[in-house]
Amino acid sequence: MSGSIVNAGPRTAVSNPPVQDMPSYFGEQDLVRRSATPDLPPPARQLTPVAKLIDVSKCIGCKACQSACVEWNDTTPAIGENVGVYTNPHDLTENMFTLMRFTEWVNPDTDNLEWLIRKDGCMHCADPGCLKACPAPGAIVQYTNGIVDFIHENCIGCGYCVKGCPFNIPRISKADHRSYKCTLCSDRVAVGQGPACAKACPTQAIVFGTKEDMKRHAAGRIEDLKSRGFAHAGLYDPPGVGGTHVMYVLHHADKPHIYADLPDDPRISPIVQTWKGLTKYVGLAAMGFMAVGSVIHGVFARPNRVSSEDEENAEKLVGTVAPQPPSQPEERG
Amino acid sequence: MTNAWTDIKNTDLVVVMGGNAAEAHPCGFKWVTEAKAQRGARLIVVDPRYTRTASVADFYAPIRQGSDIAFLLGVIRYCIENDKVQWEYTKAFTNASYIVKEGFGYSDGLFTGYDEEKRDYDRSSWDYVIGEDGFAVTDPTLQHPRCVWNLLKQHVAPYTPEMVERICGTPKDKFLQVAQMISECSTPTRTMTSMYALGWTQHSHGAQNIRAMAMLQLILGNIGVRGGGMNALRGHSNIQGLTDLGLMSHLLPGYLNQPTEKEPDFETYMKPRQFRPLRPGQTSYWQNYRKFMVSFQKAMWGEHATAENDWCYHYLSKLDVPAYDILRMFELMNQGRVNGYICQGFNPLLAFPNRGKITSALSKLKFLITMDPLETETSRFWENHGEYNDVDTKGIQTEVFQLPTTCFAEEEGALVNSGRWLQWHWQGGSPPGEARHDTWIMAQIFLRMRELYRKEGGAFPDPILHLSWDYKDPHEPEPEELARELNGRALTDLRDPADPNRVLVAAGRQVVNFSQLRDDGSTMCGCWIYSGCFNEAGNNMARRDNHDPDNTGAYLNWTFAWPLNRRTLYNRASADLNGRPWDPSRKIIEWDGTRWTGYDVPDIAPTAKPQEVGPFIMNQEGVSRLFTRGLMRDGPFPAHMEPFESPVQNVFNRKMRGNPVARVFQSDVETFGDADEFPFAATSYRLTEHFHYWTKHNRVNSALQPEFFVEISEELAALRQVANGGWVRVWNKRGSIKAKAVVTKRIRPLHCDGKDVHVVGIPLHWGFTGSAKKGWGPNSLAAFVGDANIETPSSKAFLVNLEPTTAPGVQS
Repeated sequence: MSGSIVNAGPRTAVSNPPVQDMPSYFGEQDLVRRSATPDLPPPARQLTPVAKLIDVSKCIGCKACQSACVEWNDTTPAIGENVGVYTNPHDLTENMFTLMRFTEWVNPDTDNLEWLIRKDGCMHCADPGCLKACPAPGAIVQYTNGIVDFIHENCIGCGYCVKGCPFNIPRISKADHRSYKCTLCSDRVAVGQGPACAKACPTQAIVFGTKEDMKRHAAGRIEDLKSRGFAHAGLYDPPGVGGTHVMYVLHHADKPHIYADLPDDPRISPIVQTWKGLTKYVGLAAMGFMAVGSVIHGVFARPNRVSSEDEENAEKLVGTVAPQPPSQPEERG
Repeated sequence: MTNAWTDIKNTDLVVVMGGNAAEAHPCGFKWVTEAKAQRGARLIVVDPRYTRTASVADFYAPIRQGSDIAFLLGVIRYCIENDKVQWEYTKAFTNASYIVKEGFGYSDGLFTGYDEEKRDYDRSSWDYVIGEDGFAVTDPTLQHPRCVWNLLKQHVAPYTPEMVERICGTPKDKFLQVAQMISECSTPTRTMTSMYALGWTQHSHGAQNIRAMAMLQLILGNIGVRGGGMNALRGHSNIQGLTDLGLMSHLLPGYLNQPTEKEPDFETYMKPRQFRPLRPGQTSYWQNYRKFMVSFQKAMWGEHATAENDWCYHYLSKLDVPAYDILRMFELMNQGRVNGYICQGFNPLLAFPNRGKITSALSKLKFLITMDPLETETSRFWENHGEYNDVDTKGIQTEVFQLPTTCFAEEEGALVNSGRWLQWHWQGGSPPGEARHDTWIMAQIFLRMRELYRKEGGAFPDPILHLSWDYKDPHEPEPEELARELNGRALTDLRDPADPNRVLVAAGRQVVNFSQLRDDGSTMCGCWIYSGCFNEAGNNMARRDNHDPDNTGAYLNWTFAWPLNRRTLYNRASADLNGRPWDPSRKIIEWDGTRWTGYDVPDIAPTAKPQEVGPFIMNQEGVSRLFTRGLMRDGPFPAHMEPFESPVQNVFNRKMRGNPVARVFQSDVETFGDADEFPFAATSYRLTEHFHYWTKHNRVNSALQPEFFVEISEELAALRQVANGGWVRVWNKRGSIKAKAVVTKRIRPLHCDGKDVHVVGIPLHWGFTGSAKKGWGPNSLAAFVGDANIETPSSKAFLVNLEPTTAPGVQS
């Protein structure tokens, strides 16, 4: 090493991150998908895919991740009320990108209570339904390292991303009519830091690194859980959305739904599946029109709701096969 | 903690009982997940509620709050019955073989010598037989019927699994599963750690809860070893420092005793504190008491403290009662016998039991000073907040001075963690507004008072006029100056007794550690156990070298641990009688033929031969105590005692209420309720989202857990027709509160002594100041009675009634 800090790309949040300023190791040039932009030039390189692994069996439900998320993203969730549960706020909001969901589940095999605590938030799907549904050019992007990010200045607040998401994650702000969700702390990751939630997690239930490393780490955890009697312990990396860049270690991987309705087999809704097939030029024109219309609509009127007419139009735009992301040899950034 | 947080990673079995480490100590809990992930350690949780800790446990067993002694004596009985005892350790390192006096006995829930009138024991029979040579008589074969081991076997005999189920409500099969898992740790190569907190201390028999587990750990050979120990998780970042520095009315720094009226002069005070060894050749380290005491007095009064005036012993106040603990202070305040009160970093209006009594007491003061970074309920006790603080402001004449102080991040200094590490920290931000350091405020009060005494005299000005106060800036002593005083220094040249020409420490230099302290006035030391923290090598508390050779978890160059930077107390016991580690893979120290060497600072003289000197050097016996002689007020063995307010009677003595020797004030007896009127067993606790009454001032924490609630089982909700998320009223003779109901499967009714016991869980984070929604805390309802030995309030077990109601401010 010559003494200068080399940005080696993804690091686990456990290791002490660099304190020196360093250049961002990925950016615009690393986009593999860009919403409503079918002619996106293929990226010149493939970054190492990253992932956040949430080990539900190590999680103590302390909400440090929620707190760190609020602090890092500088949001102000409302002080609500107690409605008889520990889940607070009661749902994801435009000010709360991650949420601990608590489920009391009696295991029918043992008659023992299990308190299942799952950190909910964006899964960063390899095949992102939100991005595919999004009609606003560049409002949702995907980097070759797997991060799916919202670019808020391009967002028209139409809410298609909410419909497109198989996990029901994005939330539209009532204040600025834009869509918000977990960014996997792309701003932190780009400069060698792990996501804020992983950094704050006291038990390392949340870890971050390359997807390959995370899968290896998960394998060790699953082995440990099996030794403790959880025969169906496993990794949640659902193939229906091409795998995800946020994964769970579950004690009961055979029934994800017991964890506060985590989808057993998530898939992008048929509406979006058809939408994604639109032909390049028709699609571009339609989306350009819609985007402009929506922006004007957003400026002069408040809600940017998707009308049923929009939905119908979208369904009419039937095409064939979507352009596939370029396949590039893996390169460690 | 006998061990350190970082040592928990070395364990095979974690037992969390009397605490909720994941919930209340989430950062420290990482070492449990580390032990589980790296060593395959198992985690057991025993608690009235299925807690956040239970959610990651390998096994959970329910227990009725306040019945832990019965459970633990049941486990001891199980281990003895099934020969799951680390025999070599038990025989060599405990007092199992010591012969107890004839006359000592136990029946009907009481030990010998009980005086119902005085609510106290005559403890004279609770002692060893002392031989003609002045030493305790022992029978290493354990055949003698009066040896501690045989008395212990007899004492635990009634605690069968059936009896445990009857008292604790723990189903027999679950109890047996826990007992079996624990008993496996009796081999020299398996260790268990006990992690506990206020779930054990906040009972009228709190100290005995801890004793019971300590005894279990001793017979399993788990004290002094890696991954073992009795690990008290402290509730605040510096509560360990508070007790170390003697911030209790009956203690001086370093666990020296405040003198009493029966000790009018120094020699009378010192006479019962000779600590002669009870067995030949034993260390009995408290024999150095006089050195520590004289050095403390020299730290207080410097040149004024001389041999001729007993080192200013007459300056020290003498207690006329066992202690002016906080319960006693508020009782006196409520009787109108206290004029002024300084609340420094303390919020008694929410922290102490029977809030009604606390409000009444504060209203009788002439003045109240609060020092706190945040606005506390105590500082606004006079302010009407509707139902949440329904006081008649006009009727309260107390003058309140609210002094804003800095918080930990705005000041420099050391905090002592649960593992006895004195960790120096640096100022991270500037204090807002008029906030000042506590040291500045205290210095201002002192300097002004001293000036008044100088001008006006007074009954006894000397202790104040002569107090050592030689700081660079008398108005604000620096943290480093204070730390150097705690370490101590030589006042004259300290010479080698063997070679008077050799100066060991020159006058004015810091002593290396407390081994250099003397009782002839040539040294001063503010707190002997901290000595070594800031010597001529510098500020050892500020060290940040995290190297850990062979990953033992010791981290000897990270900060400073008292005493002497030792990380695991009693670590001599990690090796067998010949000085070889019980478990070579978890060596701490070993005897190399001439001295003790290893990863930690040996807890024994470095050249003390292993077969001659016992590992428990602070005890006169040199061994640990399964039988504590007369050192505890409520018995030499723990015995089952019910809380003062209990849903069931004591099965061993139905007449006995609570701890038979706990102090109870007459005015509080009237506020006790019984199970007919108040059928439900309430308990109090923290939630991870909040830290005490601080974080409700923070918007983020408040968003994560916004509103006061109580937790009840689905069965109790059905019984009282309470809806999840609906409002309930919870009350007893001391108070009435309203809360949202969280109806949960995590609490289930217990079946105890033939009846169903419903548990009501009451978290403690809400009040009427801050960002979170206004609410109450469990202290409105808890009983005003403390532990018999140390007066910790028994906030963990009391009775309540419960019914559905409407929101505060809304008429039903």
